[in-house]
Amino acid sequence: MKYRIAMAAILALTMQAASAQDKPAAAVPAGQKDATTLEFEKFRTQMEQEGNPAELFELQGEEFWKAKRGPKNVALTASCDLGLGVGVVKGAYVQMPRYFADAGKVMDAERRIVWCMVEKQGYKFDDLARRPFAGDNYTPEQTSLVTYVAAQSANMKFAVPLKDPHVREVYEIGKEVVAYRAGPYDFSCNTCHGADGKRIRMQNLPNLGTPQGALSAVLGWPGYRMTGSVMLTHQWRMSDCFRQQRFPQPKYASDTITALLTYMTANANGHMYKGLGIKR
Amino acid sequence: MNNISRISLLAAALLTLVAAAHADGDYRAQALSMMKQDFVTKGQASADRISEDGLQAICNRTGNKPPPEIAHRLEADQLAGVKLPADGKLLGDWKSGEQIAQSGRGFTWTDAPGLPVGGNCYNCHQIAPKETSFGTVGPSLFQFGKLRGNTAEMQKYVYSKIYNAKSFNLCSAMPRFGHIGALTEKQIKDLVGLLMDPESPVNK
Ligand code: HEC
Ligand code: HEC
Repeated sequence: MKYRIAMAAILALTMQAASAQDKPAAAVPAGQKDATTLEFEKFRTQMEQEGNPAELFELQGEEFWKAKRGPKNVALTASCDLGLGVGVVKGAYVQMPRYFADAGKVMDAERRIVWCMVEKQGYKFDDLARRPFAGDNYTPEQTSLVTYVAAQSANMKFAVPLKDPHVREVYEIGKEVVAYRAGPYDFSCNTCHGADGKRIRMQNLPNLGTPQGALSAVLGWPGYRMTGSVMLTHQWRMSDCFRQQRFPQPKYASDTITALLTYMTANANGHMYKGLGIKR
Repeated sequence: MNNISRISLLAAALLTLVAAAHADGDYRAQALSMMKQDFVTKGQASADRISEDGLQAICNRTGNKPPPEIAHRLEADQLAGVKLPADGKLLGDWKSGEQIAQSGRGFTWTDAPGLPVGGNCYNCHQIAPKETSFGTVGPSLFQFGKLRGNTAEMQKYVYSKIYNAKSFNLCSAMPRFGHIGALTEKQIKDLVGLLMDPESPVNK
């Protein structure tokens, strides 16, 4: 295990240089994959055989889920309802975002977990939101928790409860958000993700409005990301795409992020969630 | 009145028309007020970027397909705002143009504020044959000058397209690099060089 993580760190360092969007990649004949992509795929295959480093975070998350923690010294497993009953994690991830009457809101998995940490365990939201995503040698606790919860839905079908009018409304709002152009470059999500078969540099861009595109947009999240060797959630992906879109920063665990996740995940309804991912 | 406020006034007037014609506004209105609350300034990416300008508003409300009469009037207005170089020379240094086309730096909350920024061109376009890591959001520009002819007229078109892509296609996916002050006159000339100069690898 130690060896694997070290490998991941080394590879991530080399990848960092090559995958930055504004750096030219090595020249290769047209139609072939560039060197970075090949290197990455090789490494991903190897990790899939030996075990995804994301599993370490899953284990960590399981401990967090089951232990009594926080100012109120309460365990999430004894207090947090992810939609299927207090403490039930199996199948919960693929059925979120969903409406939670106790919060009066539609919430995605990460937002719901944070809500539980605040309401049940007594953590302060502002503390959790200060550094919400993993960075150098740092993984937020809620990221490990999301990883644990998501892993308990592996090989189950996405089933966002779209029949619930609360969820449907948020879905429709999410559809507006992906089409909304603003900012200095006039970009919306759809500028990059609104048609089939498009690429930015060598990165394939899923068409979020189609079932297949939405599926590749939601599969593999949360995922262990080579670039930087970090465990990242779907919320992080949304935030980083807003960055590329030249938008201001979305607030952590906000309605806008839930709306995007509702739109994409529901578009993938009926398809299988394959579990924790390994991302480039 | 300067160009920008003239444009936004006209856009505002037209917007009322378009909004009336496409009144599916409920979810959109909710999305807008939600987003106004949910974004904060980070680095140079200020919270007010979430507001749409006149042109964005038209494109947002028509699914990027404004009625042709409106599109043509607004395109002409965008074109009127294109500032061509005073010295009349449009063909810059293609080697420098290649570097500008490669760079995607600029305007995100992790970029240092200020100029110069990159053109992002390879993110969306195939350009010189040596660079095989190119995007496909826009059409291939390989052999552009060769295919379209390196005429004064065509140079002017390319300069204007880069300056303000919306002058020719109101809801284009391509940013308005000169209009927003992202690329300087010299940078745009160099990009024209990259696409048009017979010596540029694009046209070899
Ligand atoms: C300027 C182009 C651009 C815009 C605008 C953009 N994205 Fe992305 N998006 C990308 C690129 C490039 C990647 C691949 C990144 C990578 O692999 O590191 C990506 C990746 C993604 C992924 C992950 C796909 C996967 O394979 O896991 C999702 C989901 C996504 N974007 C959603 C969105 C949403 C939602 C928005 C609007 C908030 C958005 N994007 C806006 C360029 C963009
Ligand atoms: C976000 C993607 C994107 C970026 C970045 C971008 N373009 Fe474009 N560009 C497009 C699209 C899409 C079109 C085709 C639609 C249109 O004409 O507006 C286009 C069209 C063009 C055309 C007109 C092609 C023709 O056949 O008339 C030129 C020239 C051009 N781009 C040059 C550039 C240059 C130079 C840059 C970098 C400064 C650049 N583009 C950056 C998306 C982009």
